[in-house]
Amino acid sequence: MQIDVDLGSLPFSEGGHLLIKRALRSAGAGKSITVAGMSPELEIDLRSWCRDEGHALEIQTRRPDQPAQVTIVNGGAEAKRWTGAQRAGQADAAQTGGVVTHAPRRWGLAARGATVEAGSPEFDFHLVDKIEVWSDDAARLYAQAVAAQWDPKTAIPWDAKFELDDDVEDAVVQIMTYLIENETAALIIPSRFIAQLHPHFREVMQLLAVQAADEARHIDVFTRRGLMKRDHLGLSTIGGQASLKTLIDEPEFAIASFLLSVLGEGTFLSLLWFIERYAPDPVTAAVAKLAAQDEGRHVAFGIAHLTQHLNHDPSFRPHLADSVRRRHDALQHTAGLNAEVFDALVLLAAGSWDSESLRRGHQRVMELTKEMDEGRQKRLRRLGFSEAEAAELSSLHTRNFM
Amino acid sequence: MSTQTSLIMGAVAYDPKVVTIWDGFQKYFRARGLDFDYVLFSNYEKQVEAHVMGQLHVAWNSPLAWLQSERAAKALGRRAEAIVMRDTDIDLTSIVLVGSDSGISKLADLKGKKVAVGASDSPQAKLIPLNFLAEQGLRPDVDFTVIVFDKLVGKHGDHIGGERDAVRALVNGAADAACILDGNRLAFTREGTISASSTRVLAQTPPFDHCNFTVLDGAPAEKIARFRELLMQMSYADEEVRPLFDLERLKSWMPGRTQGYAQLAAAVDRFGTIDGFVKGVVAQCK
Repeated sequence: MQIDVDLGSLPFSEGGHLLIKRALRSAGAGKSITVAGMSPELEIDLRSWCRDEGHALEIQTRRPDQPAQVTIVNGGAEAKRWTGAQRAGQADAAQTGGVVTHAPRRWGLAARGATVEAGSPEFDFHLVDKIEVWSDDAARLYAQAVAAQWDPKTAIPWDAKFELDDDVEDAVVQIMTYLIENETAALIIPSRFIAQLHPHFREVMQLLAVQAADEARHIDVFTRRGLMKRDHLGLSTIGGQASLKTLIDEPEFAIASFLLSVLGEGTFLSLLWFIERYAPDPVTAAVAKLAAQDEGRHVAFGIAHLTQHLNHDPSFRPHLADSVRRRHDALQHTAGLNAEVFDALVLLAAGSWDSESLRRGHQRVMELTKEMDEGRQKRLRRLGFSEAEAAELSSLHTRNFM
Repeated sequence: MSTQTSLIMGAVAYDPKVVTIWDGFQKYFRARGLDFDYVLFSNYEKQVEAHVMGQLHVAWNSPLAWLQSERAAKALGRRAEAIVMRDTDIDLTSIVLVGSDSGISKLADLKGKKVAVGASDSPQAKLIPLNFLAEQGLRPDVDFTVIVFDKLVGKHGDHIGGERDAVRALVNGAADAACILDGNRLAFTREGTISASSTRVLAQTPPFDHCNFTVLDGAPAEKIARFRELLMQMSYADEEVRPLFDLERLKSWMPGRTQGYAQLAAAVDRFGTIDGFVKGVVAQCK
């Protein structure tokens, strides 16, 4: 009799089963293989294993010191298990059909490109349509983000010696307090959408995760700068929190991304570069600069996936415009940017208390708000809004900046 | 009980997964026009009583519960039938494990030794192997000491815990041998309860069968026929069925047969395991 698998002295339970499974798979459903082996328990192990796996078997009686011989007929259960299985797109997003238009919830957590057993449980992911979330730039931005990660311990000159006037230090602490609050919103929003996003859109999921990690680091360094010379942080106002709450409460990914990344973080870019430029100490300058570099990527992703979304569905543009108007209406009776933050920015830009410096500081903050407005309009025009629409929508953006 | 309504099946809740399994099958049957429901019991004796008393149409029975039902039915002049079983219920064996370096090389060496077994009502881990040893001339509790690891008595050894405890007793030296189902040797090796080389198989019983769907005469024939038909149509290739098959550990349903219960019948005759219970059930029905 032809022996297909000769286990020799290898017991079934110590790796022999792999050889047998491989031979059965190779033979195919309904076909038989013959297994030989010297292990004294081979027939016992094969009997129970074949029963569990749905294979038929025939055991030849063996004489002492002779090898066991067992013929196994593949019952076909493995082939049946993979009946109706689906390939979940392609691992490489650039391949045709790599990222599907609508990701089935039954693909669940399966890696993109894996073969998914039919009947897998449905996961309650809300963001399953490519148009809502995808950007061809996501992989590139993710790689860039990973390469640009910095270590707060070494990237910031924490040991730099400096002494500031109490008022200037207080201004820095107030600005840091405000930044922490805003970056907390910027951490929570992508984190929440990660949980709703179908993992089929892997690169977007990864990018949002790094974005959340960026914000976690920003919160860390802003807190450390705030507490360098003070026991407590500054003030948090109703107006500021009300403005951020409208972002947190926004249920739609595309709209939240538009309000947060394109308008909010876009505006914040100007603010962070402003703080870096007029920082009274090297630590404040460093934390602002590093955070600004990260925020630039967040804005780039927001613009990239919204551009792709609008190219496929231009009718979505008015919805974005309405979201800005709705947010403005919701916030029109709130104070917007708190006075303490505004004053702190003026003092920072002034550098001292003499009247000429204060006038110059105030002028610089006015220039900052103008620069913020121009930046927003530019990004809105990139998303296909007309000049008039861009001007209107930018003017309605929250006075709290984010 | 009205036979105009649902087909009622009894099953024993030996594990929480039983609910998942039968909820799933219920959905499958109902989608195909069979009004099916099930009742769970905490032990097989209550299920057999309910079945014989006419409260169930069909029972998912252990091999011991099959014998209890069959004998009670016979005493009442009725007839029991095993209609369907799993492919994994066919041709099981039990084995007697000993330590690799124990020096026990033949059955006669068990004389005067301690043999660990599973639950007292386990066919595969106590009744069948002890009957097998008795047939080889080794009388339990006379020629060797039996150490019983009772886990969830009433569940007829469906719970693996008793066998695991028996094997642990062998490993830690409290017993010289342990009786378990053949497949559990691999399972205990995989989970680390025993190492592959620390034990060896001293003896193996002839093949026997395990569970079946039991029907007593008088059950609604059309519903039973449909039930059997739907079971036999189930395929492991069906994504709705496959997870339930995996939980219930089968790849296909097979026509029932009863010749595989001879060893267990001999065991309960030898040990008088179910006589009292059967008499009690019969008395209730008279």
